[in-house]
Amino acid sequence: MTKKLGKQSFYFANPPVIISTGTVVGPFEANSPFKDDFDFIFDDNLAGQESFEKAERTLLLNACYTALNKINTPPENIEYFLAGDLLNQIISAGFSALKLEIPFLGIYGACSTAVEGLILASVMIDGGFCNLAMAATSSHNSSAERQYRYPTEYGNQRKPFSQWTVTGAGAAVVSVTGMGPVITHATVGKVTDLACKDPLNLGAAMAPAAADTIIRHFADTGRNPTDYDLILTGDLGKVGQELAIQWTAESGGFDLSMNYQDCGELIYDKVDERVHAGGSGCACAAIVAYGNIYRRLRAGELKKVLLVATGAMHSPTSFQQGENIPCIAHAISIEAR
Amino acid sequence: MAKRKKLNTTQQKYQQIVKKTNPKPNLVFNCLLAFISGGLVCIVGQLLIDFYAWAMKLPPEKASNPAVATLILMGALLTGLGYFDKLAHYAGAGLAVPVTGFANSMVSSALEFKREGYIMGIGSKMFMLAGSVITYGVVTAFFVGLFRAVLK
Repeated sequence: MTKKLGKQSFYFANPPVIISTGTVVGPFEANSPFKDDFDFIFDDNLAGQESFEKAERTLLLNACYTALNKINTPPENIEYFLAGDLLNQIISAGFSALKLEIPFLGIYGACSTAVEGLILASVMIDGGFCNLAMAATSSHNSSAERQYRYPTEYGNQRKPFSQWTVTGAGAAVVSVTGMGPVITHATVGKVTDLACKDPLNLGAAMAPAAADTIIRHFADTGRNPTDYDLILTGDLGKVGQELAIQWTAESGGFDLSMNYQDCGELIYDKVDERVHAGGSGCACAAIVAYGNIYRRLRAGELKKVLLVATGAMHSPTSFQQGENIPCIAHAISIEAR
Repeated sequence: MAKRKKLNTTQQKYQQIVKKTNPKPNLVFNCLLAFISGGLVCIVGQLLIDFYAWAMKLPPEKASNPAVATLILMGALLTGLGYFDKLAHYAGAGLAVPVTGFANSMVSSALEFKREGYIMGIGSKMFMLAGSVITYGVVTAFFVGLFRAVLK
């Protein structure tokens, strides 16, 4: 019996349960309106380490241990660990997996990694390949800046559409049984390219990928935007959110303006002018979804959430060679039970 | 650089929407801030030239050398202490165009890549941003010199 729906979606016969999550952030995120939903806030940008790469790894490990501690489970009980991040060769995930000693599948979907991990973990669980899997992702403002843009102390003037890479990490434990919200449907996105070239305006580049996956999700599942309490994209920011609404209406005829929000737009205080259009990075979707949204799903405040994480699949090399920025988005439907 | 590929109709349509939606930087305000901050750097530079001319009894053309060195030192110190990027956020080109911007680009790169060691890190990455300024500065100087020599 196939579980496939339409062209790019599937449903889970026994919806996997998100039984625990862990969210850890850096000092800059302590000003976030969601700060009470974060499990741990480091007051040091380096998290006590000697480099930003090691700091990012510390955040990721900390998020994993937090998620495990909440359900009193040692790492060896987790059967598979799916993780990825933004750094070259996903070193944060790989080095964390070394410490955790859980069988590891490294994944990369840029900032869509949070949802990519949840989809794959759910597939493994509903497929009967394991009972307990953990999906995690991280990003660090300083390690991302130095890889993608400029040295941290370099004085450049940011644009009004620039986004601020979130320093943080999120982990979710997905189980075949237990208490918590369940993952019922997933839509795997296609890589799209609508000719955006500016790596400082990733919201605009990623918005059509989000729109494409959202439209595809509705077409495949027969659902409508109003079936959800909340449609949440990962890190489009203010500019990308606006564009996603326009482009979804333009190319798919769906009206998102009622119940659609974006983690990047929500995560920072609007008055802080350093963040401009909002947050970005792998951790952006992860810490909002695993923090605030997860709590509200568990409390029953939210019943049905469509989480759409978006990622830009470019690298500094592809950009310097004059190529466009191809983008992707994956969607999952998380429902309270 | 790759050749400019032709956009298909969907790409064209989307790019038009992006153009309309993108917030514009406040050019007038940014120019004004850059003018004021750049002017302030120049005033400091002039004061330094006057100071060195007076203190070291140098002619003004010669006094500009230690003045430039002092400005570079100030730019480097502000970068190392973590203030430069915060100032540049407002000043923009006002701090980037004078020699302070050059100092910042070198020092910030050196600081950033110290963790990769003295050879592969600081040594080779220090010129990551300033490298092209130096390269094309030298090339331009060569051709200007050549031009002058031929015309004489």
